[in-house]
Formats: sequence, C-alpha cells, structure tokens
Amino acid sequence: MTTTTEPTPAEVRPAAPAPAPERALRRGESSRTARLLSHTVLSLASLIALFPIVWLVFLSLGPDKDDYLHPSRILDKATLSNYTHVLQDTNFFQWLGSTLIVSLGTTVIGVLLAATTGYAVSRMRFPGYRKLMWLLLVTQMFPIAVLIVPMYEILSELQLIDSYGGLILVYCSTAVPYSAWLLKGYFDTIPMEIDEAGRVDGLSPFGTFLRLIIPLAKPGLAVAAFYNLITAWGEVAFASTFLLDDEKYTFAVGLSSFVSEHDAQWNYMAATAVLIAVPVSAFFYVVQKHLVTGLTAGGTKG
Amino acid sequence: MTVAVDRAATGRGERPGLRARLVRSYRRHWYAYAMIAPVVIVLGVLVGYPLARGVYLTFTDADSLNSARTIGVNHIDATYKFVGLDNYADILWGPTSGDRFWSHFVWTIVWTVSCVALHYVIGLGLALLLHQKLRGRTAYRLMLILPWAVPTFVTVFSWRIMLADGGFLNTALGSLHLPQPAWLEDPFFQRLAAIMVNTWCGVPFMMVSLLGGLQSIDATLYEAAEMDGANAWQRFRYVTLPGLRTVSSTVVLLGVIWTFNQFTVIFLLFGTGAPDAQILVTWAYYLGFGQQPRDYAQSAAYGVLLLSMLIVFTSLYRRWLARGEQFAS
Repeated sequence: MTTTTEPTPAEVRPAAPAPAPERALRRGESSRTARLLSHTVLSLASLIALFPIVWLVFLSLGPDKDDYLHPSRILDKATLSNYTHVLQDTNFFQWLGSTLIVSLGTTVIGVLLAATTGYAVSRMRFPGYRKLMWLLLVTQMFPIAVLIVPMYEILSELQLIDSYGGLILVYCSTAVPYSAWLLKGYFDTIPMEIDEAGRVDGLSPFGTFLRLIIPLAKPGLAVAAFYNLITAWGEVAFASTFLLDDEKYTFAVGLSSFVSEHDAQWNYMAATAVLIAVPVSAFFYVVQKHLVTGLTAGGTKG
Repeated sequence: MTVAVDRAATGRGERPGLRARLVRSYRRHWYAYAMIAPVVIVLGVLVGYPLARGVYLTFTDADSLNSARTIGVNHIDATYKFVGLDNYADILWGPTSGDRFWSHFVWTIVWTVSCVALHYVIGLGLALLLHQKLRGRTAYRLMLILPWAVPTFVTVFSWRIMLADGGFLNTALGSLHLPQPAWLEDPFFQRLAAIMVNTWCGVPFMMVSLLGGLQSIDATLYEAAEMDGANAWQRFRYVTLPGLRTVSSTVVLLGVIWTFNQFTVIFLLFGTGAPDAQILVTWAYYLGFGQQPRDYAQSAAYGVLLLSMLIVFTSLYRRWLARGEQFAS
C-alpha cells in the first residue's frame, strides 16, 4: 500500500530494467496504431471531462437567463456583467464567509481531535483496538439519512439550527473519525524506529508524539485537513436543511438558491459556480496526489 | 516503556484475578486510552447519542406535527408516542411498501451496481491508457481529473443546464437526427441521466487510484510473463489484475459506500420532484424534509435500514476478501 506514496514511480519506471533491446523495440514499435488509438480515446475522454465545465464558463458570459437555450447568441454579446452582478448585488461574500467559517472550523476541530487517536491506533495495540477500528470504519458509511433527523431534533432543542456552530458539530461527526482513519494511514508510513529512538532518549509516549511524530506527519495532517475542507465545502444535505437564513448559506446551498421553482437565473448561477470552482480546483490540483494515497491507504487493512 | 510500541504485547499469558488484570491493563495502556479519548468522546456525543435517539424515533410516530417545536414564544411539547416496530413493518411489507420501499430499493441496487461498474471499468481503462509512454500523458491526466477537482454541487448544475429541454445535449442529439429524450422529466431517462452524471463525477477518483496501483506493480513481472509467452490479454489477466487486487478491493468498497449514499447528484439534479429517480437515501430525505407534514419516524427508519444494509454488505465483502486471500496464498 505504501508503495503508492512514492511520488514519481511513473517517471522511474521506463528507465528501470532494460530488457533485451529487441524486445524493447518491439514494445515501442508495435504501438503505432495502438498509440493513435490511445490518443483518440484519451482526447475523447478529456473532452467529455472538460466539456461541462467549459460550457458552464461559456454560459456564465451570457447576460440573459435564457441564454443557455441559445448558446450561439452568447458569442456576440459576451460580457462579464453576470460576475459584477454576483459580486455586488448578491450575498456572495456572506456565503464565502459562512463557507469558510464552517469548513475551516470543521477542519481544525477534526484534525486536532483526531491526531492523537490516529497515532494511538497506528502504534499501539490495546484491548478494544479492533472495536475502535470497526467503529471508525462504520461511521464512514453513515448515510446522511441516519443522523439527519435526530440531529435536527437535537439541534432545535439546543437552538443551534441556523447557526454555524451546529453545522460544524454535525460535520465533525464524520470529519473526526475520517481524519483519524486518514492519519492512521499516514502514521503507519512513519518508521517505528523513530518512536523507539524517542523512547530510548527518555520521551514519554506523548512527548514522542508531539516532538517527533507531529513534525514528520505534517504532510499527512495537511491531507486530512484538506480532505475535511473540501468535504465540508461541498456538503449539501445538512447545509440545506440546517441553514435557514439566506445570508448564512454556504456556497452549496447558496448556489441552488439561484434556481428555485419560480425563477431560474442560470446566468448568475453559472457565474457564481465559476467563481466558486476556480479557487477550489486550483487548490485541489496542488494536493491531489497526496489525497489519493491517503484515501486508499488502510481501507482494507483495518 | 517499550510495551506500547511492541505490537505483539497484547497482555495474554498470566491470569491473575479480574480486578488485577484490569488494573494491569490500565497501567499498561493508559496512554493509549488517553490518546483515543477525544475521538471516543466525540463519537459518543456526536454519533452515538444521535444514533440512539434516531433509533428510538423509529419506534415512534414522530412527525413535524407532533414533535416538540417553538412557534413564536410558545413552546409545544412533543406528543408522539411509542408504536413499536410499526414503522419497519409498514416500510417493509405495509400496503405501500411495493412502490415506496421496494421500488426504490431495486433502483438503488441498480444504481449502485451500474455506477460502480462503470466507474471501475472506465477508470481502469483510462488508467491503463495513462500508464504507458505517451506524449502528453500529464496533460491528459490533469484534464481527466477535472470532474473530481470541481465540487460536485457545481458540476451537477452544469449537467442540469446541459440536460434541460433545449439544452446542449438535446440540441446536439437533434442535429444528429437522434431522438431527444426528456432527460429531466421521463422516469427512465431521469435514471439514465443520474447514472451518467454520477459516472462522470466518479471516474477520476477510480482512475487516479488505479493508476497508483498500476505504478506499484513490479515491472519485472511483466517481463517474466512476456518471456513465458503471455500475450497482452494474459499479461493483463494474470499480472495486472492480481497486482491491482488490494487497490481494487479498497476503491470498490469505497465506491459502493459512496454511491449507495450519494445524495448530492440526485438531489441537485432533480430536487425532490422526481419520485422515480430517488435512491433510498434521497427518498428518506424526502420523507423527512421534502414533504409536509415531515415524517421524521419513517425517515429515521429508512436511515437505520440503510445503515444496516451497508454494514451487512461491508462485513460480507471483507469476509469474502479474506477468503480470497487465503486461496491466493
């Protein structure tokens, strides 16, 4: 499993063992048609992957809400007016604020609480270990339908409906176990000898964790944080049920509010969507390689 | 001090009295317990308590009319009562169970199986294509990952615009003189559209994970296979697939769980308006929050049923995997 953390195995691969030259040649040559085919399929797939996004960007330039029906007209009258409208006359910045509060809050709490547990389940075997691992796995498969009704009741009793705190609490119910799981996967890749060296030098288990492991685990912590961030950022069900005031909406709820049954302002929606997507996707590309490793590590090892 | 690090030391062997053993276990493991305490407490408070409460609700007839609520300054106490297993009986074999539970159940299975199969097959295909010396490989990879990079709630809206009447897809189909189905209205095409959109969203994760798996397969295995005269298909069948085993089993499990619980795609594509396209999760949400009066008890009961199905599936799956590993070794 840990072999996938190797950052550039792909680049290493071709240089690796050189077989008999004749066979290498055959491998390279036989694929002229195959290569063309690969390019065709990959280009087609890329086109399918890109198109809906490009289309959204294109539609966001059309000034009228029905322009999506007549895309050819947009070319003549392309304008950024949707963007200025969204930025000036809607709650865009309030939404940004609430999205940031909720997702950052979840991230910080999730990672802080989960870090020691991730370490404990990675390094120590104690009575109840299997039960805890099972619990961590099971909480990851909670369908939203299990908790949403009782959460709604509990939060109403605590007067936390329509508050950021309530939503953060709800998100933590998945973020905390998930972070613990992700972090366990990362701690597993840190050699045990480091802990032992720490113990030999007289550090307590907590000391080892704080002084030796945490500094080494920064990338892992970053991945867990990032994963929490995008999950909270894009969560729809809880946010649209528990947030009532349209100034407190997160983006996931705010975006749907452009399209109600009575009025569909697709042009503004498209512009807002683009504004939301650009920073998130940029961020995503920076960390995606680590994300995959984190997600698949440990999945069946439990 | 080294005890905690020593994986083999799990405190068996000597057997003094229970009390002494507890004390010893506590002495030995207290820092492990201290370290897991935050998560255990959070799980207890944020998951355990709501779960217990949710399970209790499923034994009542709670809905939005008889639950505790505050209207203005008046507080109205809850008046729902205990009805035992009536909710479950009603859901599973009540008079309306056929077109409420079972039809959604069948559709959820179809949805999960077809989505995960499509994710896996397309993802594996693309991963294999990307796992060769090819000009522009990185560029392809970056483009193909885009559906994952952009938040789902954004891309689903893009699809909704494209699938709408007179939207891009139907215009394109029309210009090719193909039929233009009502993607967002006709029940069959709603389902097809949902699977299509979810496949589009889910392939990149599979592709990237499987690519990682492919890259970790030892290249000498391929050479050995080639020496032995294995053709491309045999190399794929006997080297690649077994080599991907660990990654595959993980991503398929994750894929099943995520797809089964997929809320965003269907909810944002159709709202609560398309009864036939709702999978069990969105249907449960509809019962609890999309209709008036809100039926909390039934919604919670659906939730409990869904969770049980997933737990059963996961344990069977893991058992099946473990057995497969025994055979392999």
